[in-house]
Amino acid sequence: MQSFRMANEIILNSKQFELTINRLCYQLIENHNDFSNSAIIGLQPRGIYLANRLQNVIRKKAGIEVQTGGLDITFFRDDFRRTDRPLIPSATNMDFVVEGKKVILVDDVLYTGRTVRAGLDATMTFGRPSSIELMALIDRRFSRNLPIEPNYVGKSVDTIESERVSVTWLEVEGEDKVILYTPENE
Amino acid sequence: MNNGLSTDHLLGIKYLTKEDIDLIFQTADSFKGVINRPIKKVPALRDVTIANMFFENSTRTKLSFELAEKRLSADIINFSSGASSVSKGETLVDTVNNILSMKVDMVVLRHPIPGAALFLSKEVDARIINAGDGTHEHPTQALLDAYSIKEKLGEVAGKKVAIVGDIKHSRVALSNIYALQKLGAEVMVCGPTTLIPKHIAQLGVRVEHNLKEALEWCDVANMLRIQMERQDISYFPSIREYTMQYGLTKKILDGLGKNIVIMHPGPINRGVEITSEVADSDQAIILDQVENGVAIRMATIYLLAAKIDRV
Repeated sequence: MQSFRMANEIILNSKQFELTINRLCYQLIENHNDFSNSAIIGLQPRGIYLANRLQNVIRKKAGIEVQTGGLDITFFRDDFRRTDRPLIPSATNMDFVVEGKKVILVDDVLYTGRTVRAGLDATMTFGRPSSIELMALIDRRFSRNLPIEPNYVGKSVDTIESERVSVTWLEVEGEDKVILYTPENE
Repeated sequence: MNNGLSTDHLLGIKYLTKEDIDLIFQTADSFKGVINRPIKKVPALRDVTIANMFFENSTRTKLSFELAEKRLSADIINFSSGASSVSKGETLVDTVNNILSMKVDMVVLRHPIPGAALFLSKEVDARIINAGDGTHEHPTQALLDAYSIKEKLGEVAGKKVAIVGDIKHSRVALSNIYALQKLGAEVMVCGPTTLIPKHIAQLGVRVEHNLKEALEWCDVANMLRIQMERQDISYFPSIREYTMQYGLTKKILDGLGKNIVIMHPGPINRGVEITSEVADSDQAIILDQVENGVAIRMATIYLLAAKIDRV
């Protein structure tokens, strides 16, 4: 068996991370004004950190309280009984219905688009939103399995399948950063 | 990393670990959210077919399983023994194998003979869920009972639960004893001597014959029905006498000086083991049990469906 060493490259350090989040918030404010009919939904498990960060920054910058929820998509996935990993759900925290709302689905990394497809279906079980937009902090472009494109992108990266992108959060791991891991033959 | 359930079938609580029960509860939390949404259905099991095979009467369990399966988007077929070839002399294995030839992945089985589900799991190639086998076990009922206690009191561990009534003929009692003990609760059974199995204390439960004493001791009282259909001889002189000794009334409850939680697996015989006043009171969580039943069954079916051979 081949052994691999992972080389890693920092795609966003904490300063760039902050700038990127700020820009995404201004883009949201530009499109959603006072957010009176908008809601941010983070996809579990790791999209919720982006959703919460956006909510906090928008509160700080514009004094607006955006409705924010966390959505688990486990039961809507298309790989049930097709993977070795059991699909155990995370919590869903949606204390509002999305009927008629402008929904912004957010996730940390957009890759094949399959999670987002499941997220669209899961969102619809809370009502019929007037529109759904998609935000990804990191877009692994050119690797989509489905015709899904984000409306807001923090940073686009070109990656190959064996590479892995990891986003860490100040609130959770103690540091804001994005790292690209590349396997290297020794 | 969680690897799912430790078992391929749900035959009884006896075969589950505490981790299995915790995983079922955690998954049921998610499904409880799902069944309270505007759209109460998820597509998870759309390529799974389930046969509900009921060789014994059931209303609530059958409806609850059926609803759980439909909310998971599974295809279902229903079978009841009354209108089948069983009356023409077909064996259980033959009946089930005939149904499995129609490409069924999972069987929910209710049968009057103890051990029927275990037997079937060895004979046929499908996931089996025991929905009650005679006087033996009724695992999903015990799971939903324990889940309801957890929901009401925050925790099962350390709680004192009294199971009152016809322990001898009750599969709910045995499954409840296993489930509650695995989750760290103390269990007492209470009823007339004739309706308490002789050696039940060996399971580590307390035995009490006085209803008032049992209620003073417990945090939760699970009131069971007298299973007339399973009693071939008289175990007590009359229903009236049973009610006078073991019927739960408002007066007894008010005299306790504490609030205990009242449960009942149904069907209720109002005025026998429990009065209407108690069954409809705030202390009773009987209808919560029914709602939780759907979530628990969705969780069980979902976790066992993951054990079906890959697509």
